[in-house]
Amino acid sequence: MSTTTLPPAPKTEPVSKPKALISDRAKAERKLGWLLAGPALAVMLLVTAYPIAQAFYDSLFDYRLTDPDNRSFTGLSNYVVILTDQLWWTAIGVTALITVITVAVELVLGFALAMVMNKALRAIRPFLRAVILIPYAVITVVSAFAWQFAFDINTGFVNSWFAWIPGVGADTDWFGDTGTSLFVICLAEIWKTTPFISLLLLAGLAQVPEVLQEAAQVDGATWWQRMRRVTLPNMKAAIMVALLFRTLDAFRVFDSIFVMTAGANNTESVSFLAYRQTISRLEIGLGSAVSVLLFIVVVLIAFTFIKGFKVDLAQARGDS
Amino acid sequence: MPRTTRTRVRSRAKLLGAGAAAVVAASGLAACGSSDSGVPELVWYTNPDSGGQAEIASRCTDAAQGRYTISTAVLPREASAQREQLVRRLAANDSSIDIMSLDPPFIPEFAQAGFLAPVPDDVADRVTEDVVESAIEGSTWDGELVAVPFWANTQLLWYRTSVAEAAGLDMTQPVTWDQIITAAQDQDVLIGVQGIRAEALTVWFNALIESAGGSIIAENSTDPEQIELGLTSEAGIRAAEVMRNIATSGQVGPALSTGNEDSTATGFESDQGGFMVNYPFVYPRGLAAVEAGTLDQATVDDYAATIYPQVDAGTEAAPPYGGINLGIGAFSEHTDLAYEATECITSTENQAYYFVTNGNPASDSTVYEDQAVLDEFPQAPVILESLQQAAPRPQTPYYSEVSGGIQREYHPPSSVDPEQTPQSATELIEAVLRKEQLL
Repeated sequence: MSTTTLPPAPKTEPVSKPKALISDRAKAERKLGWLLAGPALAVMLLVTAYPIAQAFYDSLFDYRLTDPDNRSFTGLSNYVVILTDQLWWTAIGVTALITVITVAVELVLGFALAMVMNKALRAIRPFLRAVILIPYAVITVVSAFAWQFAFDINTGFVNSWFAWIPGVGADTDWFGDTGTSLFVICLAEIWKTTPFISLLLLAGLAQVPEVLQEAAQVDGATWWQRMRRVTLPNMKAAIMVALLFRTLDAFRVFDSIFVMTAGANNTESVSFLAYRQTISRLEIGLGSAVSVLLFIVVVLIAFTFIKGFKVDLAQARGDS
Repeated sequence: MPRTTRTRVRSRAKLLGAGAAAVVAASGLAACGSSDSGVPELVWYTNPDSGGQAEIASRCTDAAQGRYTISTAVLPREASAQREQLVRRLAANDSSIDIMSLDPPFIPEFAQAGFLAPVPDDVADRVTEDVVESAIEGSTWDGELVAVPFWANTQLLWYRTSVAEAAGLDMTQPVTWDQIITAAQDQDVLIGVQGIRAEALTVWFNALIESAGGSIIAENSTDPEQIELGLTSEAGIRAAEVMRNIATSGQVGPALSTGNEDSTATGFESDQGGFMVNYPFVYPRGLAAVEAGTLDQATVDDYAATIYPQVDAGTEAAPPYGGINLGIGAFSEHTDLAYEATECITSTENQAYYFVTNGNPASDSTVYEDQAVLDEFPQAPVILESLQQAAPRPQTPYYSEVSGGIQREYHPPSSVDPEQTPQSATELIEAVLRKEQLL
């Protein structure tokens, strides 16, 4: 068997220019860039990097807020406690379930809304955008209370309005069971954040060149073919960015659970678990360890999206 | 930028800077605890109410004749959230906290952490005079009075007179939970209990185990690993049995696992209302509903209250004890004046005023002789009797862990298994106290 190899490539000069060749103008622009972004970077480090580092440091201690004198270094034992506790894995499961369901439904609904906004008559477009954005403008706690009141067995209207649906009646206690509680929590999350995803997708839709659509139409492509072959490939970056932002957001779900069930019936999310250990139990060490683990999971999700799905944040912004 | 505009911007920036400095300086002064006139200002952190504590603060400010003023700052609605906010601030040695309205179960935690200024002996003698025993117990930690008893709450057994009569229950004598279940099944009415996974569930369970002659904590200690629980005792198992029996009686409505004090009151006001354990607020609530036209006068006329049900016939019930006691911040700059103020706040007149206007029962037993109180609350004598029998929830600095463990294992009440639940709850709480498990 013979093999064919390519001749060795001729040596070429390095593509990048030597530093000395950077023009004065480029230098000045770079300096200006640092001057403009520097303060923001410093503030970001102060408000994000410092608390993260502090949380990691605290997580290595047995430290109760009301008993600071007995604080002791325990190494990674808090992490061992958490990772060997069934409650942590239940919370991870519940959080992942909420994330998958809400993000999937929001993507479909958000895309439909983005299409409507994109195709709407110019005259009603601003009005339509404002209307669609209303849920996103509502504070999450307020939205959670509104949904809780709607589904409450005593004060809610859902049971009487939807009594025609099999399984729903005056005696349906939506917050008395895991499945129904999670259903309402997901519903509230979807209602609240679909506008966010639809706005991101609208930006992506606007980037699809009209000439491509027209060319496809002239070639006789159907609506579905244009959607699959022209629209979606051209807005892949926007879709991935929308998915990334919403997944990270959904994984930190807290407010709706706090208001609606307070974690009852196995509806605790990871954020709620961190709250319970840190704020309710005042176990700063254990709570910080839960927070650090949550942070690691969120970083992993972001890494998977960016590297695994090759999300180009710059492209989504329209830079390229 | 034109010179004039630049100058204007600069002067505006200066103005903003000066304004910000003034705000910071003003807040700094306020934090020092003295008003502009140099009169010490005591800040009283209150739980939300119908304005009664603010009015008492105003009355005591007038009574102080210029020696101090009291201003109020309202804490969050839930007792657990009130504790969370106060603990975080006190852990940072916040000197602006002078007087605190504290939910009794959290008092040991505050005292053990050194967040409460010691009560002077003479003050302790005066503020416990004529005070019901449960309120004194709720203000005590490690054998010492650490807070000033203010108002004391308790749960009563509320019932519809017509239902009790039809069921043949003699309500002039103590009744048991078993009798209530039978009567409710016989008359097909609701039994209102709080089965929500919240503090209300611990309140209910604690009343059951105390009424059965036991305690959630059998052997107390400041060392969490030395605390011995009494959940698997005979009384603990009996309490679990009664809880399960009520939950599975078929008379608790479809929303037991989310039922709190308000929703059970709503159920009691309905046509199916029969029996309910709840705080005295349900009576003024009913009257307000009549006034608003949402409830018939005849329904409220049918209301009656008696002592909390017994677990075992012949064994006196131990009704829940709650309310608010006053703690003085250890980092306050005016602890002496703050204790002086608490004596004014908890005076017999102010407690009577608070009872009549806000519906919060007094810890001072002499208040129950006040005609205005008796006119407003026909149930006042029963409330006093209940307070004298009441048992506080577990007195421990680790109350959150104990209560949280109870709530996790005994919820939903219909799933309670007297054979298993006391054991699993004990294992969970002990592991949590040893910091070997999450909660």
